[in-house]
Amino acid sequence: MGLSRNVSLWTGLRYKGQGPYLTFILHRIGGLGMGVFVTMHILVSFLGGSVGLFLNDIYKHWAFQIFIFFCALFHAVNGLRITILDLFPKLIDHHREAIWIEWAVFLPLFGVSALVILMTAWGG
Amino acid sequence: MSDSKSRTVPLSKRGLNFETLMWYFTRLSALAMYALMLFALIGALVMGARNQMNFADVMRWAFMPNAAHVQSTNVPDLAPWATTFWKAVAGLLLFVASSHGVHGLVVIADDYIPGKGARKVIRLLSIVMLASVTAIGLYVLWTS
Repeated sequence: MGLSRNVSLWTGLRYKGQGPYLTFILHRIGGLGMGVFVTMHILVSFLGGSVGLFLNDIYKHWAFQIFIFFCALFHAVNGLRITILDLFPKLIDHHREAIWIEWAVFLPLFGVSALVILMTAWGG
Repeated sequence: MSDSKSRTVPLSKRGLNFETLMWYFTRLSALAMYALMLFALIGALVMGARNQMNFADVMRWAFMPNAAHVQSTNVPDLAPWATTFWKAVAGLLLFVASSHGVHGLVVIADDYIPGKGARKVIRLLSIVMLASVTAIGLYVLWTS
């Protein structure tokens, strides 16, 4: 099945999909982020050397840790919501409420973890 | 509450093809990863993680139960963490995660690549990537 797009990039960027679209796109970004990280991590563990040391320094940086933790936690929490709604389709009627619950679970967990990462990095 | 009611079609009317099976696999493998991580977390607590590791290191072990992930902690003896059993659990988690991830990449690629030929190439590359990264990952897990 081929795709034919008749909207410009600018129109696409202005798409107002609201909450469900935000979780959809963050799920993809999180999955891709983890995919790149895990693949690099496996290859570097296998190859070692100076490239491995350089990449390990990136992994240890607080900004990268916050990014990858965001990817992993959001993908995990959002994936659980998708799985629950898909395996119990009657709940799909409440998908917007489910997204609010998801944020209520994700934000405190991520906020506290990001704070701990920053406090550790900055010696607090 | 949304305006329109959801409509579910029974499996007999939808048919069961490869894509349907992978749809189920994606969701069930997510649950399997939750179960394996919970199992690794409980295993870590049984092996004394509560007094010898901080929470971040326990989570690192839970995400991938590989002995190299507890090397920098206060665990005095790595032997219980490096058994064949934990290597098998880590290998299973790696296989489930990589197949879940590679199928996810195929789904994303399908959204942006319209051509049939290009999609075939992406699928072939995905299978090669799944096989090679999983094999290298298993080697790293088994020899670390």
